[in-house]
Amino acid sequence: MDFLSEHQPEILPGNRQLPPTQGVIEAPHGTTIVAVTFPGGVVLAGDRRATMGNVIAQRDIEKVFPADEYSAVGIAGTAGLAVEMVKLFQLELEHFEKVEGAQLSLEGKANRLSTMIRSNLGMAMQGLAVVPLFAGYDVDRERGRIFSYDVTGGRSEEHNFAATGSGSIFARGAMKKLFRNDLSEADATMLVVQALYDAADDDSATGGPDVARRIYPIVTVITEDGFRRLTEDESSEIARSILERRLEQPDGPRAALL
Amino acid sequence: MSTPFYVSPQQAMADRAEYARKGIARGRSLVVLQYADGIVFVGENPSRALHKFSEIYDRIGFAAAGKYNEYENLRIGGVRYADLRGYTYDRDDVTARGLANVYAQTLGTIFSSAAEKPYEVELVVAEVGETPEGDQIYRLPHDGSIVDEHGSVAVGGNAETISSYLDQRHQDGMSLAEALKLAVQALSRDTNGSEREIPAERLEVAVLDRTRPQKRKFKRIVGRQLGRLLEVGGASTEAESADDADGSEEK
Repeated sequence: MDFLSEHQPEILPGNRQLPPTQGVIEAPHGTTIVAVTFPGGVVLAGDRRATMGNVIAQRDIEKVFPADEYSAVGIAGTAGLAVEMVKLFQLELEHFEKVEGAQLSLEGKANRLSTMIRSNLGMAMQGLAVVPLFAGYDVDRERGRIFSYDVTGGRSEEHNFAATGSGSIFARGAMKKLFRNDLSEADATMLVVQALYDAADDDSATGGPDVARRIYPIVTVITEDGFRRLTEDESSEIARSILERRLEQPDGPRAALL
Repeated sequence: MSTPFYVSPQQAMADRAEYARKGIARGRSLVVLQYADGIVFVGENPSRALHKFSEIYDRIGFAAAGKYNEYENLRIGGVRYADLRGYTYDRDDVTARGLANVYAQTLGTIFSSAAEKPYEVELVVAEVGETPEGDQIYRLPHDGSIVDEHGSVAVGGNAETISSYLDQRHQDGMSLAEALKLAVQALSRDTNGSEREIPAERLEVAVLDRTRPQKRKFKRIVGRQLGRLLEVGGASTEAESADDADGSEEK
């Protein structure tokens, strides 16, 4: 935010001096975020685990946030920094909207997030990286879009589906096999939870649905009508139906061989 | 060398107040009313782009009469103040009282500074509470004083006539359509007590609606929704104030 950097630069995350450190700093890290587009919108979801080394730091962390009415951001990487970055990002979009009387374009929002990640590069090189996934409904083009980032702020638009975080390799594999072009909203929410389940299956840092503690993935849907987060009942319903099928087929749905 | 004329401080202040009042009186009036589910802002505004009302923060709205560039300046200042507060502390720590104080300081300093001309603006800062009792409306005249208002307030050209009209007729717990109807009636007495018709497309209407599920309670009422409300006007209804057009209307 330009005003803030002149007025009170010390509260911007990128402007803080870091003490030189030896080795890697231990801080909670968020893990897997997945996103899928469907005709009419986009679904963004995340698991609930934060890890610190081999320890589970938090079981019910929330890593998917609304950025504004038509977009959301899911974060993987150092949880504390990421949450602060999201807070500043939300503030900036809202501030722009109020001052200018119009929303930023989806590209504009994605670019803004890119510069914010770039300003964190110093910390990223000390092991405190933040790698978000940005998804939103493009009101002008009337479709859902996904943007992924790297630690240097490099931005690229993803088509159909994307994942970030430690379990992303497994989640992407699952989505690749399950994705179709004619998914309904309900199919898309089912698909992301399947992908998160597969990620949790093979990645120790990603948390699966925790039935005993009633902790289920956060699933958000963005369509023409705006941002909506699935209620706990809805996401538990999806997670439970998947669990039930996996009791018979532990590896999940099978794709056709040819 | 010529010596400057002596002007008594009383006279200087009176002149400045007169100047500001005249500037404000040139603009159209606007009214802010409490209704059952929140606070409604109604004004006559031929422009679709230059708004008289706007959102400052979650529960706080802003209305201004007078010179556009001056109140726009104050509005942006207010948005910055609120966003900075909310970011540094918490969203709950941004209050209408705090904002009104900042505006009063700014207006007061400008009014009494000999180097600047006084601002020709009159502001209203309103905050919608969880219940009607929690609603706050502050009026800020050009000289930097604060007036705590209840129920209804009018600012601008014929503010006195309009607010006495409103005071007699405003009741607590009016529906949005009733409040809107009353506001339009009051505004149409703007010039010399003679009534005139204000068409819907010249009205600017916004609400702070406490029943909105989002954090941000401010919403503009435009187009069909406004037409529907004006038609209903007076007849008791409940359904239309619900946010049926939530996502699409609030850009």
